[in-house]
Amino acid sequence: MEIFYKFLERNSLILAFLIVGLIMYFSSIISEKLTNKKLPSAAIAIILGLILAYFGGIQTDGEKGIADIKIFNGFGTLGGSMFRDFAIISTAFGASLLIMKKTGLLGLISLFLGISLSFIFGVMLAYFYGYRDSISLTTIGAGACTYIVGPVTGAAIGASSDIMALSIAAGVIKAIFVAIITPFIAKSIGLNNPHTAMIFGGMIGTNTGVMAGLAATDEKLVPYGAMTATFYTGLGCLVCPSILFLIVKSII
Amino acid sequence: MIIYGVAILAFSYIVGQLFGELLGNWLGINANVGGVGFSMILLMILTDWLRKKDLFTLPTQSGIQFWNQMYIPIIVAMAATQNVKLALTSGMITLLVGIIPVIICFAAIPLLAKFIQKSDIETIRT
Repeated sequence: MEIFYKFLERNSLILAFLIVGLIMYFSSIISEKLTNKKLPSAAIAIILGLILAYFGGIQTDGEKGIADIKIFNGFGTLGGSMFRDFAIISTAFGASLLIMKKTGLLGLISLFLGISLSFIFGVMLAYFYGYRDSISLTTIGAGACTYIVGPVTGAAIGASSDIMALSIAAGVIKAIFVAIITPFIAKSIGLNNPHTAMIFGGMIGTNTGVMAGLAATDEKLVPYGAMTATFYTGLGCLVCPSILFLIVKSII
Repeated sequence: MIIYGVAILAFSYIVGQLFGELLGNWLGINANVGGVGFSMILLMILTDWLRKKDLFTLPTQSGIQFWNQMYIPIIVAMAATQNVKLALTSGMITLLVGIIPVIICFAAIPLLAKFIQKSDIETIRT
């Protein structure tokens, strides 16, 4: 048994390939047999991944889901930002630069609108919940953007560590919520063409959520959403601790 | 050769991401600004140029196509490494802040989408 575990630990990336392959296979069967292909297999696979992450979290009390279990360490590499960005960039191959140019301005507007709306409603909810100091309000509002904008903003304006943790958690919930809900509401918000996908990427912005949500909805929309979403976190880190913080400060 | 495709992708990745890092640094923030986007544009320009020069052979293309096909499995692995436990155990306020703004943003998408020029709509052919 010892040899077996040691072997898997040493080859954890390969093990991750195998397990993800099995997840994809079972998801396609579930999609076909149980939902009559109404729910795309990618959506089912992503939800299964999130469930695995939850069990990994309870098992180890760590932060990286299933990857905190030693033999599943390879999930951290395979699902880490390096491979993720490498694969997402490859989806641009075959995408249309023309469409991206045509919707570029709208994409830019959606970025600013998306960050402002998320921030404002995040701050308002925190205010109604009883937070009254501008630093906590701004950090929580930033957490409503993404789980990176939250702590980056908090660190920049000197938030306490429990508020930072809260903003990270809010950002993680956003990412998970977007990943799960997008395929179900895609039709009702008209998310079936590259132009709307670019607006979607700018409005929602959380890389994890946007990429997983679009993958679960229609693979061909992925590069367009990713194109705008990639600017969201950077832009959020730029405006939350500066302009938006000053606005909150002047109101409170 | 397949590795040529992978190398072109790697070149786009490194140049674009580095540009995003430098842009973030220049703006004085601790984050990459648009790196993936720059890489994507670079890859589109490069592959277009190679195609015109007739240098974009099928094996080269499949070096990029492979990663394209690996995208969803990688996203599944990413989902499996999220801090789901934290999300489910951190209380009401985080749930509200994580979900309500998203619903508002979802609702705003069709409003913005109205500004898309009707003539520009290109639906994806499957």
